[in-house]
Amino acid sequence: MSSTKISSLSAKAIVSGLASRSFALDDVIATFVERTKKVCPALNSHVFFSEEVISKQVDALKKTSNPESYPLFGVPVLVKDNICTMDMPTTCGSKILAGYVPQYDATVISRLRNAGAVIFGKTNQDEFAMGSSNENSAYGPVKNPWDLERVPGGSSGGSAAAVAAELVPVALGSDTGGSIRQPASFCGVVGLKPTYGAVSRYGLVAYGSSLDCIGPITRSVEDAAMVFDVISGHDPKDATSLHSGSREIPNSEAMVSKKRIGVISELIGTGNDLDTTHSFKEAVLELKALGAVVEEVSLPEIEYSIAMYYLIATAEASSNLARFDGIRFGHRSSDPTQSLKELYLNSRSEGFGKEVKQRIMLGTFALSSGYYDAYYGKALNAREQLKSAVKRLFSQYDFLISPTSPTTAFKIGEKIADPLSMYLSDIGTIAANLAGIPAISIPCGMSESRLPIGLQIMAPWNQETSLLQLAGIYEKKLKWSERYKPNV
Amino acid sequence: MSDLLQQFDLVIGLEVHCQLDTQSKLFCGCSTSFGGEPNAHTCPVCLGLPGALPVVNKKVLDSAIALALAVGADIRQRSVFARKQYFYPDLPKGYQISQFDLPFCEKGGITLTSGKFIELTRIHIEEDAGKNVHGDKNSFVDLNRAGIPLLEIVSTPQLESAEEASDFLRRLHSIVRFLEISNANMEEGSFRCDANVSLKRKGATKLGTRCEIKNLNSFRNIERAIHYEAVRQADIIVQGGTIIQQTMLFDANSGSTRPMRSKEESHDYRYFPDPDLPVLFINEERIEKTRKSLPELPAQLEKRFIEQFELPAVDAAQLTSDRDLAKYFESSTKFLKKGTPKLAANWILSELAREVNDRSWTYMNCPVSAQSIAQLVNAIGEGTISGKIAKTVFKSMVETGKDPETIIKEEGLVQISDKSAIRTLVERIVNENPAQVAEFLSGKEKIIGFFVGRIMKESGGKMNPAAVNAVLLSTLNSKKVGS
Repeated sequence: MSSTKISSLSAKAIVSGLASRSFALDDVIATFVERTKKVCPALNSHVFFSEEVISKQVDALKKTSNPESYPLFGVPVLVKDNICTMDMPTTCGSKILAGYVPQYDATVISRLRNAGAVIFGKTNQDEFAMGSSNENSAYGPVKNPWDLERVPGGSSGGSAAAVAAELVPVALGSDTGGSIRQPASFCGVVGLKPTYGAVSRYGLVAYGSSLDCIGPITRSVEDAAMVFDVISGHDPKDATSLHSGSREIPNSEAMVSKKRIGVISELIGTGNDLDTTHSFKEAVLELKALGAVVEEVSLPEIEYSIAMYYLIATAEASSNLARFDGIRFGHRSSDPTQSLKELYLNSRSEGFGKEVKQRIMLGTFALSSGYYDAYYGKALNAREQLKSAVKRLFSQYDFLISPTSPTTAFKIGEKIADPLSMYLSDIGTIAANLAGIPAISIPCGMSESRLPIGLQIMAPWNQETSLLQLAGIYEKKLKWSERYKPNV
Repeated sequence: MSDLLQQFDLVIGLEVHCQLDTQSKLFCGCSTSFGGEPNAHTCPVCLGLPGALPVVNKKVLDSAIALALAVGADIRQRSVFARKQYFYPDLPKGYQISQFDLPFCEKGGITLTSGKFIELTRIHIEEDAGKNVHGDKNSFVDLNRAGIPLLEIVSTPQLESAEEASDFLRRLHSIVRFLEISNANMEEGSFRCDANVSLKRKGATKLGTRCEIKNLNSFRNIERAIHYEAVRQADIIVQGGTIIQQTMLFDANSGSTRPMRSKEESHDYRYFPDPDLPVLFINEERIEKTRKSLPELPAQLEKRFIEQFELPAVDAAQLTSDRDLAKYFESSTKFLKKGTPKLAANWILSELAREVNDRSWTYMNCPVSAQSIAQLVNAIGEGTISGKIAKTVFKSMVETGKDPETIIKEEGLVQISDKSAIRTLVERIVNENPAQVAEFLSGKEKIIGFFVGRIMKESGGKMNPAAVNAVLLSTLNSKKVGS
């Protein structure tokens, strides 16, 4: 098989191709290494890539006697740079962690390694996962493979861009307010944000701890399900990790018939661009054609979701990022005469980027004595209301859908000066994080200017199985990825 | 000093930090053992490395439940861990995981020796910080202690004197020792106390400005520090000054307190519920399980000792201030025959306690067994040896570890109570000292001490003093009649 063909393969096809000896492990690795070296510079999708580290892993894999028992044997997986890897630096896209190599692997990394995956490098991201465009990285913006002048979305922009450009079949991202789904939507790939706690957070450098989820970015729903199966499950090292049952995925169109799907009316209004509105309408028709009952529903609480998010996430971030103080790891300001207080101030001022400082200050303020009740406390209450509203909707509907993002990928620099408009572009994705429910973004159309459009499907708490089923059936019907490919 | 203080009421509240004796730390599997190479007992969690997450050590909860039950506190069905945020090098995460508005338990209290009840505000669970170590040019951070579980016990400000404060602390100390939840070693810092001290004019209702005295590491120093601080504050007030709310450090060498930092500059800790830790649910079942395994507590034991062994309250309080000591005493009583528990208590609290202290023994590993002490007390009670000889026997018990019966036999220390033997010696001594006899007969009865001294010396102290007295008096008196 030619290397172009190998690079287009799904993770599932790579595993079965290796099992049937259609090609060898070395072919797979060489294909993706070559392609990465060729394409990566244009995209700036990676912050760490080392053939040496890859070969070490491959050598170890070759020694295994029964590759068939490894569900991801030989699958190259890229990892967002906020997930700890002991053989590669983990910088969170920040200068403050430049060159920092963790002492341990995140739980998801050990699970991937144990499943036979090859950790292929670390992907660029918005610094500490704070951003929706990947422009907030200390290592420069990532380019969207569909249009190199546009953003890939964020914060998992490097992961989404790399998967879209076929540099790997699978990448991990993290999603605090839409950071897997929005870039998946912008890059025309599949992005799954699991139920909060379904995937261990141990080793994910925390941003908003009560919202953070690790999930897969792939080119097929089937691959997303396969990777999710490997990385999910209870982890005793994460007190918020869930005990979950089996997740077998029977695939049949009959499953969709008579399913009740709610379209969130607050997310299909005037804020969306025309292409998005059009594609979403077509997706609704497609689902109806599959036999689902689709109706508009209202979730008025969603209007407040951005306010809640920017209070809760920033409050937690202000605390989570306190450990980057220049004492034990990361950047330390070099002035030898500085006092302890100055060391803190200088190290953090020099190490953090603008958006991170902005959010730390916002969160610090929200938690300050005298303001807690008015801001953080109120946001927590509002979050409970949103949760119960979502729960109520799910007593009537099996799924809720919306466009993943109000617009397609915007130009690099277009929104950087206007943080509020950037924040508002997350309105469709934030509710799932606040409610802790699973949500997926899958491609559902193309804009006039050939930019991908994503459909978001949300399912009740812990219902990844049915979520992936519906997404898989829709994907098979649409055959989107067979029709469109970026030219990189 | 006391004149000055007489115009004021002293108001004291204590905050005690008690390290729990669990095998592993509060949120990770690292060892809690004292000492070790710097940073030997650390892992990503207690080092606060990026991405690491805390998981509650369930053993800690049982210790907290035990203390809550022992002081009669109300355990919350659901309590919440909160982050207390401030920057300091010994605080690796930039926040301490503690509890804030929903602590583990509230209320309960401790009854002082005087019978006064001191209510607690709360007891909560939190993690310890590490330690900054300062070299000549550089400072270092040792995080072995970071993450060790602590219980913070906060009293209401109902304590009214330094003595009450140390009594409270001693009682709390013995409770945690009885529960075996902490070794409560004050020198190693596993039982630390901060005192909030303020004054108000006698009879006034409005509280004065308080100062917090930090890290008081012995019962004696707590009393000294509070005394000093009270006088310092009284001086300021009497001279028309105002007390500044600040944190004071007690210097044990000079016996004085000095300001550490001003509370006005203190941090806004920005407490908020720790999103990494779910709400802590404590069910009735778990509480009942701990309740059933609760040992007899010092206050109960103290009462029982007074009733069962007819001990004076002071002795009972002292014996029950330490679990091992109480156990030692109680097991000694099982071997008592002629000797009384009171006498056993005397020996244990004076002679034995001194040796245990001087030789850094514990009551459990002490070479003088509870049975030996009982034998010694029995020998005194039976009149086999005198109290004075008993001291010699005890010394030998301490040195050799032998039991008193063996020592008495081997060294021939059996007390002579045989009247005829005593009479023979008494008569000889009386006859040898006619001058002193004459003095006695002329009414100088004190001279009798001279005879007793000679007799005891001659007999090597082995003669029963009471019998010697009786025989001597009758012999001398018979001279009166005879003359």
